[in-house]
Amino acid sequence: MSHAAGVLVLLAASGYAVSIFPHSILAFLLFQLSILALYLARMRPWLKTTVAVLALCVMMPAIGTINGYYLEVATQVGIFAALALGLNIVVGLAGLLDLGYVAFFAVGAYLWAIFGSPQANRVFGGGFPLAPGWFFVFLLVGLTVAAVTGVLLGLPVLRLRGDYLAIVTLGFGEVIRVLANNLDKPINLTNGPKGITPIERPPLPFSPALLPGVAPSLLYSLYFYFLVLLIVGIVVVVNRRLENSHIGRAWEAIREDETAAQAMGVPLVRSKLLAFACGASFAGVIGVLFAAKQVFINPESFTFLESIGVLAMVILGGMGSIPGAVLGATVVTVLNLQVLKGFSLWLNELRNAGTVVLGYDLANLPTQLEPAKYERMVFGVILVLMMIFRPAGILPARRRQRELAEPQQ
Amino acid sequence: MTLPLFQAKGVTKMFGGLVAVNQIDFLVEPSRIVSIIGPNGAGKTTLFNVFTGLYAPDSGSVTFKGRSLVGLRPDEITAAGVCRTFQNIRLFSNMTAIENVLVGMHTRVTLAAWDVLARGSRFRLAEESLWRRAGELLTVVGLRTKANEVARHLPYGDQRRLEIARALGAAPSLLLLDEPTAGMTRGEAGALMALLRRLIAEFDITVLLIEHNMRVVMEISDGVIVLDHGEKIAEGPPAEVRQHPRVIEAYLGRRSHA
Repeated sequence: MSHAAGVLVLLAASGYAVSIFPHSILAFLLFQLSILALYLARMRPWLKTTVAVLALCVMMPAIGTINGYYLEVATQVGIFAALALGLNIVVGLAGLLDLGYVAFFAVGAYLWAIFGSPQANRVFGGGFPLAPGWFFVFLLVGLTVAAVTGVLLGLPVLRLRGDYLAIVTLGFGEVIRVLANNLDKPINLTNGPKGITPIERPPLPFSPALLPGVAPSLLYSLYFYFLVLLIVGIVVVVNRRLENSHIGRAWEAIREDETAAQAMGVPLVRSKLLAFACGASFAGVIGVLFAAKQVFINPESFTFLESIGVLAMVILGGMGSIPGAVLGATVVTVLNLQVLKGFSLWLNELRNAGTVVLGYDLANLPTQLEPAKYERMVFGVILVLMMIFRPAGILPARRRQRELAEPQQ
Repeated sequence: MTLPLFQAKGVTKMFGGLVAVNQIDFLVEPSRIVSIIGPNGAGKTTLFNVFTGLYAPDSGSVTFKGRSLVGLRPDEITAAGVCRTFQNIRLFSNMTAIENVLVGMHTRVTLAAWDVLARGSRFRLAEESLWRRAGELLTVVGLRTKANEVARHLPYGDQRRLEIARALGAAPSLLLLDEPTAGMTRGEAGALMALLRRLIAEFDITVLLIEHNMRVVMEISDGVIVLDHGEKIAEGPPAEVRQHPRVIEAYLGRRSHA
């Protein structure tokens, strides 16, 4: 019971802290930590679920109305969590190192961007953008097309292992990005580096008049937050069901020893293609949503660094671990969007104020050492330290322990 | 005479210019234990790899229950009823013992992807019976209490027996065991042999065995095939093979020093 009480106190305190200091990063971090504490706490399952639903569906939106940026962070976390969960199937379970994963995200995003904006008129004449309601159809279209793309990538690379596979997938990711960059001629499909805008957003399921006090932009933020939450929820359930089945066991067997897996009757081709297709389909769905949320997309969002970022989330959280992938996505996103940015802003303030540290005037700091430039470095250092001290990730995959029925003799 | 369960005819496998296995013929009748022996490098494991589809033979035929296995993928051969263990243990080392056996049962699963996602009663029943069966197989090899242990944490002898349980998961009619007693003590090897006899009686299977331990071979085999430099040099009941001059020569060398 003490765990439950502690978690509730922590949640309440962090919520209160955010309401008093709406711009304090620390207060919002405390809220995130209390959700992690909730996950780790020993509580009755129904209580845990109830509190989790309250925290995510009531507290988080409420925090969002206080500081809209936090809602944006939470939505980004959700998007990356879905991506990490998809990549977790390919890399964590099946052991197929995919360095071009963001390509599938791009496929989903560009699908809706092209047909959900006037862009498609340049290719097909008139009639676009499609009505906003088509967004939901395109979630399925994005899923299917990304899955097919995953299979198409999978087919030629099936015989490759390890490093070779990584190189080919890396190339594939670049091919998709370069296509997005250059398919503005001869037919203008992607509008090249200029990107596509405005992309339709899905229609609000309720009239804005129902929530009179809330700004329209915040309404959409809230709406996208809940959509992302729903998608991540579905992705987690699908992930868990696949993992705890003969399909998931076959994937893990392939990761452990491909030859032995095949000798035990696991069809390699089918299993690997299924892994690629599943991983890709999650990225496709969330890509469609990403395009609608951003209203504007261009090839910049789908660089190699994004693939590496998602991979870092999976590794940081713990390969093959579902909670690990979600936590990894949270940690990396929050680090990038909040902690490192906040840190560099703070250093900048100190510098501008001419603070003196150990007899050194920060105002004399050369511009090459500008705090904003440390961001990637700090991130890199964290990754290195993690790999040295906790190589299995923050929340490593736990082997399922099962009670066996007594043998009937 | 009973029909042969398994038959190899003129099986040849070359690696570059090296003839690893040359024109091997033999047949295995049901419910027997047939051993393949021979010095290191005689081509025993290569032969297994040909039988289980890891290598394609350069010539010759392999038939099982009247069906040709040549050209089938390893998983198709397993599904057809031939399953193996490996000389150098190849367990799924980060999975638990029972999960290893469950992977072995992969070809017995008839669920579609949809059943997995829907988690209906079909899935639950199938999964339940899979786990029950896997538990039984672990009991057979004496590893039931270690069902939830990660494979790489198991002692060596347990890993060998887990490989057998995993192969049994595929419910094979023909079990190929590649040096199952390698590295075992006398007592452990003896216990494993007792286990093999039980398997043949209980599971109605046939065993093709690669073995170095002569005591084991002579004790348990119904028939012995001797390979040397990729050629079959002798074949017959253990007592007969033991007296065969070429076998003695292959194992002890020529009597040139005398």
